[in-house]
Amino acid sequence: MNFFIEALHWLVEPANYAGDGAIGIRVLQHLGFTAVTLLFASVIAIPIGFLIGHTGRGRGLAVAGAGALRAIPTLGLLTIVALWVGIGLNAPYVALTVLAIPPILAGAYTGFQAIDRTTVDAARAVGMSEGQIVRLVEMPLGLPLLIGGLRSATLQIVATATLAAYVADFGLGRFLFAGLKTRDYGEMLGGSILVILLALALEGAFALVSILIVPRGVTAGRPTDIRVRSKDLTR
Amino acid sequence: MTWVWSNLDFIWDRTLDHLLLSVPPIILSFLIAVPLGWLAHRYRVSRGIILTVVGLFYAVPSLPLFILLPFIVGTSVRSPLNLIIALTLYGVALLARVVADGLESVDREVRQSATAVGFSARSQFWQVELPLAGPVLLAGLRVVAVSTVSLATVGAVIGAQSLGSLFTDGFQRGIQAEIVAGIVATVALALLLDGILVLLGRMIMPWTRPHAAGARRVAVLQRVAV
Repeated sequence: MNFFIEALHWLVEPANYAGDGAIGIRVLQHLGFTAVTLLFASVIAIPIGFLIGHTGRGRGLAVAGAGALRAIPTLGLLTIVALWVGIGLNAPYVALTVLAIPPILAGAYTGFQAIDRTTVDAARAVGMSEGQIVRLVEMPLGLPLLIGGLRSATLQIVATATLAAYVADFGLGRFLFAGLKTRDYGEMLGGSILVILLALALEGAFALVSILIVPRGVTAGRPTDIRVRSKDLTR
Repeated sequence: MTWVWSNLDFIWDRTLDHLLLSVPPIILSFLIAVPLGWLAHRYRVSRGIILTVVGLFYAVPSLPLFILLPFIVGTSVRSPLNLIIALTLYGVALLARVVADGLESVDREVRQSATAVGFSARSQFWQVELPLAGPVLLAGLRVVAVSTVSLATVGAVIGAQSLGSLFTDGFQRGIQAEIVAGIVATVALALLLDGILVLLGRMIMPWTRPHAAGARRVAVLQRVAV
């Protein structure tokens, strides 16, 4: 238990909140990085996912691609990209965007595919154009699963961003590696606790958002759990 | 390429290390998740508690857990045991939900028929529900196998030997071939274990054919596969 008291001391030590490597700055770096990567991945994955979901074409390819990406170890991807583009922030951005695409893509197209076909046919029958069907019917109805996909992707990014400190001086992972190197148990435990709290806080925020943002008509008859289960374990 | 040929022994040793780290968690998490998933499926109260805890645990990033765990269970950070425990926990977190979903997917009529022809609750679980949930369980186990193999590489940054050591070593020495070899070996190992599970599934469940399952089960399978 001694070590946890050390970790608490480290967490409340005012000196750790000052200067360049302050805890506050590291937390913001971690969050900012997560947000930007999530945005990059979304801009690429959501339109493609909607297209696959609406047309029903290319689904086999998307499933196979997502499966293959799940098998690729994140640490391997991080280190090889770092050797290619050089040490610094670019490597984690590239590697993490690639990793965040499959769960978002899956969330986008499974959301469309989970919609009752008769609903889409009915929309077409009352004279909606394909664009209107996507915008007014499929997008709102598929929203719960898309948010589930974004949630998986976010967790994936937060976890792997910690690992990214191995190749770049950045984020909360720095505390873990610095603590390991100097055998400073307070620092590495305190850092670990911070990352875990951050991940759980984001998980909670997503749970809240998924309740608030989903239109009321969608919640009727919705399954109890709407998360897209993803390879997410490849942290 | 020359690096690979002159270091085949090293790659082989790390592959064995990797198997030792990733196979026990796959088996253990299945053995633990079945009773846990059953409990989540059987009672409403336990369902809420188990699935919430398991869901939250799933959100915990791996590297902090690898560092935190030794201080809780008393293993050393670098010991394989530490990683095996952590990977087992992740496997359970994913599989418990799959088991609950799988048991849920068994048709009510089938269950009622089983009761009607005289199955006790226990034999109904072993002889009716578990076999019928089998395909869903297998799909979940395959996901666990692939992600466990991939996740085990992370241990390399805290000094636990595995195929991940090829990444850390290759990165520090700037040998791209070593990292690529590590990625290829990890993916190959994941595909190998996945293939073994598929074969095992066909042996144990000879009745499963791609189109034999009911619409409801197919839906659950697809959800697991995502």
